[in-house]
Amino acid sequence: MHMAATPQKVGATGGATDGSSTLADMIADFATRRKSLWVLVSLATLFTAWEIAGRVPISFAFPTFLETVSALLEMAFDGTLLPAYAITFQPLVIGVAVSAVLGIGLGIVMGLSDKAEWLLAPVFIVLQAAPMAALVPLVTFIYGIGLVAKTLAVIMLALPVIVLNSYKAVRHVNPSLVDMCRSFQGSRLQQIFKIIIPDATPVLFAGLRLGIAAGFIGVMLAELLITPTGIGDLITYHRSIANYAHMYAAVASIIAVSTLTLAGLQYVEVRFLRPEKRRK
Amino acid sequence: MATSISARVANPAATTTSDAIVEVRDIGKRYGDIEALRGINLEFERGKLTTLLGPSGCGKTTLLKIIAGLVPATSGDIRVNGKVVTGPGPERAFVFQDFALMPWATVLRNVAFGLELKGIGLAERNRTARHYIAEVGLSGFEEKYPHELSGGMRQRVGIARAFAVNADVLLLDEPFSAVDEQNRRKFQEDLLMLVEKERKTFLFVTHSIEEAVYVSDRIVLLSPRPGRVSQIIEPSIDRSAAPDVIRRDKGYLDVVEEIWQGLRQYAE
Ligand SMILES: Nc1ncnc2c1ncn2[C@@H]1O[C@H](COP(=O)(O)OP(=O)(O)OP(=O)(O)O)[C@@H](O)[C@H]1O
Ligand SMILES: [Mg+2]
Repeated sequence: MHMAATPQKVGATGGATDGSSTLADMIADFATRRKSLWVLVSLATLFTAWEIAGRVPISFAFPTFLETVSALLEMAFDGTLLPAYAITFQPLVIGVAVSAVLGIGLGIVMGLSDKAEWLLAPVFIVLQAAPMAALVPLVTFIYGIGLVAKTLAVIMLALPVIVLNSYKAVRHVNPSLVDMCRSFQGSRLQQIFKIIIPDATPVLFAGLRLGIAAGFIGVMLAELLITPTGIGDLITYHRSIANYAHMYAAVASIIAVSTLTLAGLQYVEVRFLRPEKRRK
Repeated sequence: MATSISARVANPAATTTSDAIVEVRDIGKRYGDIEALRGINLEFERGKLTTLLGPSGCGKTTLLKIIAGLVPATSGDIRVNGKVVTGPGPERAFVFQDFALMPWATVLRNVAFGLELKGIGLAERNRTARHYIAEVGLSGFEEKYPHELSGGMRQRVGIARAFAVNADVLLLDEPFSAVDEQNRRKFQEDLLMLVEKERKTFLFVTHSIEEAVYVSDRIVLLSPRPGRVSQIIEPSIDRSAAPDVIRRDKGYLDVVEEIWQGLRQYAE
């Protein structure tokens, strides 16, 4: 099966498998085992394309990849990047935490009770369909331009998607597992905590990931539409002085942080909550 | 040949037995406009294996779930040990057609789950679970997850879980449907051994006539929708004979043929 290039094999086939194909085999073998290699290849392709596009250049306002990286390093060391993140993270973390707790709680209640569903589902379906970006400025009329308004913007984007996914997760629990729990005289609480929530976990987490992604959108909208602060301020400021490499560095960094957060969440889920997924 | 196989065809109305553990009284079931079951009267004797056999959609699963207390009947009642039951109880355990194993739990935890729900301590319930895992031939798989097992092995986990709660009545819904023919025969023999060893009452749903005749003390034939009891057959098989001898016995084959003739009218 494996083209394991052992010395005997090479000899037997008269050196048909030379050094380069052995290397190719090794890389192929490594690639199937290590998913991370594909991630690296994918990123390298993206960054190369970016570098080329920047050098052509497709627009005078579009920096190359390397310029952006050096701008990012510069901001990281001149002490502008970290304080900006500290500001951006406040409404983000509070908003996402509130949305996660409230959203999963409400979603589970809606999944378990028809009355709660009739009462709440229409509200969240409308909220999810509404173009939230248009509503963010409205928040400032009521809550001003402070932390509360920005946190609300995060919640407005993150909450509906978390609620609706949690609700769907509970509704799609395997009915046969619930019957099984009933047949062994499990109480309603045992049914909820030992069957429904564990079985719903993958979809709950999918909702949480979508909610966090939406939360990042929310905080950026808030910082660009309400008042420029944090990363939003870095972006606005560098654009205003035509410092495009720095502006792109700020944008790229927030994308990277968002991606890493989601990957981290997935890791936590697989590592601690779905033991059967750890063994392939 | 020492095997003596004869079939006694009992009159459905005259099935009063002395020691009935489960009594089904005038059970009817409607799902909206669909009448699934009508006027079912049955008694299941303690320590016997009874099979429910009938065309697809005739209400076998429904009847089994009504007896389990998982589905409410529209009319009639179920008595277990003489008492009317309205929901699941500790004297009955169900083996699900689709296994109903928790994918996030190991074989050990799945088998011990009925005991976990009853609040029995970890050490004790694991000890019981290990015993029944060995009984169904899955020793060494305690720490595996369901997706690492074959269909037949998963079904055994479901059977071990039902045994572990030490119920008097085991309700099995097509337990061997996920198993290929060779393994199916082996499972049937294993099941007979367990019946012998555990001395429990079994209610068993199957699609296979041969399987029904081979494993049952009593076979209940149901008619198509609405399901009614159309015939009760008691294949008195001498189980001391070797499996291969039984399967080639003329009496055994005659019972199979008789049931086939009974079901055939519905197949057309
Ligand atoms: N939850 C339900 N809602 C509506 N109709 C149902 C429901 N469950 C079963 N039925 C109907 O009741 C009838 C009996 O179903 P049941 O599953 O008991 O049949 P079965 O004999 O077990 O069939 P099979 O051999 O295919 O497993 C079928 O016609 C089915 O369509
Ligand atoms: Mg069925």
